[in-house]
Formats: sequence, structure tokens, C-alpha cells
Amino acid sequence: MSEDDSYYGRPILKEPVWAPEIPFYFFFGGIAGASSLLHLGARVTGNEKLARRSLLVGAVADVISPALLVSDLGRPERFLNMFRVFKVTSPMSVGSWVLLVSGGASTTAAVLELAGKLKAVKVAAELVSGLAGPPLITYTGTLLADTSIPVWHEARRELPWLFGASALSSAGAAASLIVPPDEAGPARRLAIGGVAATTGIMAAMKKRVGLVGEVYDRDAAGTLGRVAKVCSGAGAALLAARGRQSRAAAVGGSALVLAGELALRWSVFRAGFQSARDPRYVVIPQRERKAAHGAPSRPAVPAGGAAAP
Amino acid sequence: MTEAWADTYGDEAMPRVGFFTDTTVCIGCKACEVACKEWNLIPEDGLVWTGHSYDNTGELGANSWRHVAFVEQRKPLKVDSGGETAELDPEPLRWLMESDVCKHCTHAGCLDVCPTGALFRTEYGTVVVQQDVCNGCGYCVPACPFGVLDRRHLPRKPDDAPLALPLLGRQEDGRVWKCTLCYDRLKGGHEPACAKACPTDSIQFGPLDELRERADKRLEKLEAEGWNGAQLYGRDPDDGVGGFGAFFMLLDEPEVYGLPPDPVVPTKHLPEMWRTTAIAAAATVVAAAFAFLGGRG
Repeated sequence: MSEDDSYYGRPILKEPVWAPEIPFYFFFGGIAGASSLLHLGARVTGNEKLARRSLLVGAVADVISPALLVSDLGRPERFLNMFRVFKVTSPMSVGSWVLLVSGGASTTAAVLELAGKLKAVKVAAELVSGLAGPPLITYTGTLLADTSIPVWHEARRELPWLFGASALSSAGAAASLIVPPDEAGPARRLAIGGVAATTGIMAAMKKRVGLVGEVYDRDAAGTLGRVAKVCSGAGAALLAARGRQSRAAAVGGSALVLAGELALRWSVFRAGFQSARDPRYVVIPQRERKAAHGAPSRPAVPAGGAAAP
Repeated sequence: MTEAWADTYGDEAMPRVGFFTDTTVCIGCKACEVACKEWNLIPEDGLVWTGHSYDNTGELGANSWRHVAFVEQRKPLKVDSGGETAELDPEPLRWLMESDVCKHCTHAGCLDVCPTGALFRTEYGTVVVQQDVCNGCGYCVPACPFGVLDRRHLPRKPDDAPLALPLLGRQEDGRVWKCTLCYDRLKGGHEPACAKACPTDSIQFGPLDELRERADKRLEKLEAEGWNGAQLYGRDPDDGVGGFGAFFMLLDEPEVYGLPPDPVVPTKHLPEMWRTTAIAAAATVVAAAFAFLGGRG
């Protein structure tokens, strides 16, 4: 694509206006939703220490998440407008309601757990938060995919999986950071398995999206992607090798996995900005699509070109 | 009356209106930009020289709802009719001008993804932001396939409501703004300010059906006269956004003017995306269950 085929090389799309709050929200929202799953599993299997701590981690993350989202709004004082309507055509609307349910349930359960009161209400709240967890950790992928940003929209088949896996890995790491290794087995396995899954999904996503995926090898998205791979890979390896025997290894490995998963969210976030900035990522795939549809194309003839229209 | 949403307005529904912007008669005077700014009280957002021909507006955005693009090309204006331009001038130069605007898509991505309902479809079939509802979430900005919408970063006006959450509140406007197709003027029976001000009728306003007929005739004429690259953009109701409410006659490929060649509304794939989300969500439950199979340590 030559310079003549773009308008002074200017972007066609607008870059997102979202601030750093958003990738941090993806990270904390992921921990919130996946921790509620971890918590339910631990309850069912009678692992009380893991259950209690992952409930508290999830509740804290569920409080941080909406604060980040409100802070990102251009008009934070109007955050309640998110609940004027429920729109299934807007992943942000659906996600706001899911986060409301998840946050309400997990904080209720956590408060009752600490207070040791209203057992029946607490169990109900735990179940609700467990149900809200899986959609909470996957909808964020679709939130990004449902835009015109090429590197996000073309990855619509992978992003919910990528974010779901990253959330499981982060929640597992967060729990194994603060639970003694003897009782943190499921959390550790979740962290390790999640890292393996995100690494695989990320590679598949980059391959399938083709040209627009090259932003993952460039600039901030590229650097963050490499940091993500190295940190989460090293953390998972450390957890797998020594996480069971050594508390220090478990803590170090978990911290590395958390850092890696945060970098992964940032890499995907920055990739969208880079994708919006370069008109090639809009023009080249759309031209190919147009040609494939056999749509009539009428490029202007340059000087010295064919004389017939 | 051609559009399905007319049903939701019942007796108040009006014929769908829009713009046909015929760039072949645009003279680049920017009267549309000025008239739009004046009528809609759009603030000034910086005066800069871009060095890109006569275009110092740059792009559509929160504070520019009409944008005149200027393209300088070494291409002949006409390609046949005796080859007057093609053969006589070895180094032809043509200066293309195009007044860009919100497309008021039939399937509008901005409207679909807006979580507050601030963006809505009017009884005229146009797409408008309700400024007293928008909370500045910014989702419509990357959703638009044309990069039309943006958040306004200029300071709040003195008469705006005081900050309810002073610690979180930004001192800027923070909402998203775009062309309203002069909703207030339509209500009063007037044409939009840009069309009113356009001295060459490059910007034509009217019922969309009529505009499409007129555009088809214009294309026939331009083709018969041998205009190089003449093509309609956004006229086809079967395209990726269901046709534009504001469509164009161009003299080269859309990307030359900074427009996407084959725009598709992102929500076209949303059912598929929700399916993927549901399956992935179910898979996370299975994955978590597996993690518990290996015992507690």
C-alpha cells in the first residue's frame, strides 16, 4: 500500500479514549470473577483456608474493579447511567450488570464470612458470585472484539478465551501467593494451566488474524507481550518445579505469574491503539474483502494509465 | 418510508433523511465547517497548520462535525471524451475536495454499543447523542468504522453542573460529540446548517430515497462525461453498515480520502461473539473443576 492510497498517512479510525484504568480493570475483574470460581471449588472440596482467602481476594478485586471503571468515565458522576438500560448489543452494558451482580454477591459473602453471620444468605451470595464469575472473566474479550479496531475485531474468536484463561491464571496465582502450599494445590494448578493456555491462545490468535497481528511484534504491545511471556512462563515453571515444597518459590512464582498476566492485558490493550493508528490495517484487509465480494471498484486512472473508464 | 425503525415511532415517524455529498462540485470553501460550528456552538479546539494541502481541520472529531479533505493528485480529471486531459497534459494535476461527515449508518455501531442509551435513532432515522445522558464511557469511539466520534477534552463550561464526585471528576467536558444532522433544525422544518451554507450544492439534504435516485442519475452523467474514478460511496443498502444515511460521490477510491473501503458494523458479528463468550465461560468452569482433581496440596 503506497502513500497515495491513504489520506496523508492519517489514521482512518479513532484510537480508543480509554485510560490505564481499563487494562487494570481487565486484570482485577479477571481476578474477581475467577476467584469466585476458585472459592466455590474450595468450599465444595472442603478446603476452608483456600475458600476463605479466595473469597476475600475476589471481594477486594470486585471493589477495585468498579472504582477503576468509574474513574475512567469522561463523566464519573454519571456512572449510574450504566444502569438506565440493559442492552444485549452492548458488551459494556451486559458487563456492567454482570459486574454489579458479581460485586454485590461477593462483597456480601465476604462481609458475612468475616462477621460469621447469616449463613444461608452467605451461601446464596457465594453461589450467585460463582455464577457471575465465568461471564465476568470472558465478556471483556468480547468488549474489545466488538469494536472496529482491526487487531481486536479480527481476534473475536480468541479474545474471550484468552481473557478467561488469563483470569484463571491470575486468580490462581493470587491465591497461591497467600495460601500455604499444602492447601494451595488447586490454585497453583490453575495458575500453571492458565499460563499454558494463554501462551497457546496468544500464539494461535496472532497467527490467525494475519497482517493485523503484526502490531504484537512492535512497539509497546511487542515489549509488553515479551514481558508477559517471560514473566508468566518463568513463574509457572517455578510453581511447577518448587511451588509445592517451598513457600518462597510459591510466592515468587505467583508474583511472576501475576506480573505476566497484567503485562498480557496491557499488551492486548496497547495493540488496539497501534492497530487504530495505522490506516494499512483498515485498508488492506478491507480491500481484499471488497475484491473477494466482487464489489465494483473504480480506482482513478493515473496519468499515462489506461484511457478507457 | 423505507426503514424498519419507523415502527417504533408510530405516528411520529418521519421519512428517513440524509445527505448526498457530491464531491465533484465541492470547491473547498469550508462554509459547511463554519456553518456547523456556528449553529451547533462547537468550541474552537486549537488552530494548527497541518501542511496537508488546504486541510487544517485534519479529521472529524468531537469539535469538527464537517471536515473538508483536500487531495492533490497527479491524475487526469477525465479519461476519455477525446482524451483532452489525458493526452494533452503529460503531468496532470487534480485537486479533490470532499466534505466528510457522520454517515448516520443504517446499522450504527456507535448506537449498538452505547451502554447508557445516550446514542439513539431519531424519528428521521438519524443517529444522535443525548448530551445529558452520555457519561463519557468512550465505547462508541473505537466502535465506529469511520473514526467519527471522539471525546471532548476541552474544559467544562461554567454553567455545567458542579462535580458530584470531585475526587474522580475531570475538569474537561468528557462526553462524546458528533454530527446530529442538525436535529433541532429538522424539528423546525429547516435543512441542516452545512447543506444550507453550501454554495455549490455539493452537500444536498433530503429524503434518502430521493437522494439515492438523484445520485444514480449523477453517476450516469459523470460516467458519460468520462470523469476519472467517479463512484458512489455508501449508497448501497446492502453494504456492511446497511447503507449510509449520508453518502458520497467520490472521484477515487475511499481510502484516498481517508475513508474505509469496505466498512462493516462490528456488531454484525456480535451473535457469534456472544456464543464464543458463552462457550469460553463454560470452559473456565470445567478448567477450574479440573484444578481440584489433583487434591489439596
